[in-house]
Amino acid sequence: MKLSSKHVTLLVLLALVAISPMLFPSGYYYRVGALIFVNAFAVTGIVILTGYAGQISLGHAGFAGIGAYACALAPVHLGLHPALAAVLGALISAVLAWLVGRPILRLKGYYLGVATLGFGILVSMVLNNERQLTGGPDGMEVPDLGLRGVLKDWGLDLSNGQFWYFFSGICLLIGAWLALNLYHSPTGRALRALHGSEIAARVVGVDVAREKLKAFVISAVYASVSGSLLALQNKFITPDVAGFMHSIEMVTMAVLGGVGSVLGAVFGTAVLTLLPQVLTAFGEYEQLILGLVMMLVMIFLPAGLLPSILRKLRGAEA
Amino acid sequence: MSEHLLSIEGLGITFGGLKAVDDVSFTVRPGEIVSVIGPNGAGKTTLFNMISGIYLPGRGKVMLGGEDVTGLSPNLLAQRGMSRTFQNLQIFQSMTVLENAIAGYHLTERGSVLADLLNLPGSRRRAAAAAEGARALLTRVGLDRAADREAGSLSYGALKRLEIARALALSPKILLLDEPAAGCNAVETEEIDHLIAEVAASGVAILLVEHDMKMVMRISNHIVVLDHGEKIAEGDPATISRDPAVIAAYLGTDAQTASETETADAQG
Repeated sequence: MKLSSKHVTLLVLLALVAISPMLFPSGYYYRVGALIFVNAFAVTGIVILTGYAGQISLGHAGFAGIGAYACALAPVHLGLHPALAAVLGALISAVLAWLVGRPILRLKGYYLGVATLGFGILVSMVLNNERQLTGGPDGMEVPDLGLRGVLKDWGLDLSNGQFWYFFSGICLLIGAWLALNLYHSPTGRALRALHGSEIAARVVGVDVAREKLKAFVISAVYASVSGSLLALQNKFITPDVAGFMHSIEMVTMAVLGGVGSVLGAVFGTAVLTLLPQVLTAFGEYEQLILGLVMMLVMIFLPAGLLPSILRKLRGAEA
Repeated sequence: MSEHLLSIEGLGITFGGLKAVDDVSFTVRPGEIVSVIGPNGAGKTTLFNMISGIYLPGRGKVMLGGEDVTGLSPNLLAQRGMSRTFQNLQIFQSMTVLENAIAGYHLTERGSVLADLLNLPGSRRRAAAAAEGARALLTRVGLDRAADREAGSLSYGALKRLEIARALALSPKILLLDEPAAGCNAVETEEIDHLIAEVAASGVAILLVEHDMKMVMRISNHIVVLDHGEKIAEGDPATISRDPAVIAAYLGTDAQTASETETADAQG
């Protein structure tokens, strides 16, 4: 039986999660790995919104902020378990995305970019200014998920770094599986169709506004869960999670890796998370080199890193 | 009245003070092939865009199956059985040929987004049924062997046929074809010819814009002639080909003089 592209992607991701730890020189790299998986989770949502449906958002960190602060606030104020708090955050993000998306998804291109940017800034401002609730810019503590303790009782004793590495890795695998299912499904086809030609999509019966809204809501849930995972992992959260830079980071990671594919997005996330660590060797020139690398990639490999590399490899085979 | 599937009543639109289409009326019955012809810029595509809900008509009505559908958006018209192709191709370039055809089954294959995300049996069944139909349609238009290729890599003529396959996937009651044979060679044109006749024979009403006069005269039951946005003649092919107003609009006095000068030049 020939493996479908979906299964290949999932196998590659599984291998990545399982094998990478063997190459880690120290326990510190579990934390880096976990950060990559958490970021890649949000970026997978961007792949659905931008890669499938062709819509841009510069405000998705706003949803990450909602997911993160839900995990900080709901356990304290509502007495919810942190895991349920994450679910609540995802629900709030979904409803908010639906309400915000309805009017602004009628906009196209950079108009949509600016409108979503406004949304992100709004969430970030609320988190910064509602001091008595969120602690303002100083941030606030997030309760423990408690799962590591449960696993320890079952005889699986993982360090904090190891636990979050594997937990985020499994979450990413599930997120990727859902996104890949969507790609090959009727909804995914409708999204890619309206990306290709909005007018032709409408003529075959696609309710373009509705389908865009679906993609927006789904990607918001991805961002929200990613924010929750980040908060639970760090046990501390600041409004930076909802900040403008975080939104830009998500889009950049997706586009740099190759926005059309889930694997490309993970690759882009890994590169952009690891590169700054490698570049610290250059001291004060770190940011400069990072910016330069990003520009060069976009100029010479506009399809993104992974698709370009794969094309080269296929070319070499032929 | 109910025997008319589509009925256009006094349709008109103005762009920047210019009447692009003015007071055009005609009807189409099930199984009938009606062609709209006219010189470049006569307003044929504009008329199509109004009927198919892409432009909002300034005046007049579009009646489909006895229901007023004027200004309804294309996706709602698709639900009511209208489908169309485009003069300047509208293909989903980065999708495969098969996926383009499956997209035409959107209305029958769509379902709960949750089922799609979780790849539930219901979602898989809907997608598989659509894929099966799409493969049959690709065979019908001679593209079955290209099914897994990226649509963007196909030739112009093949893309024209792919658009027709996609439009047929909706099982339309009325099919609007905007220059289906443009850019196709003689063989391809003949294939499209047969396909259109076959579709019409199955009871689908066809509204056609086409520049290939031989094709129009051969397959049309009824012809509507536009010039400068107005209907100047209407009738069966034999009547239209003899109509002095049509001949004047097509050849024009300029064209006649030009061809005479050319002949004179050649002789001199």
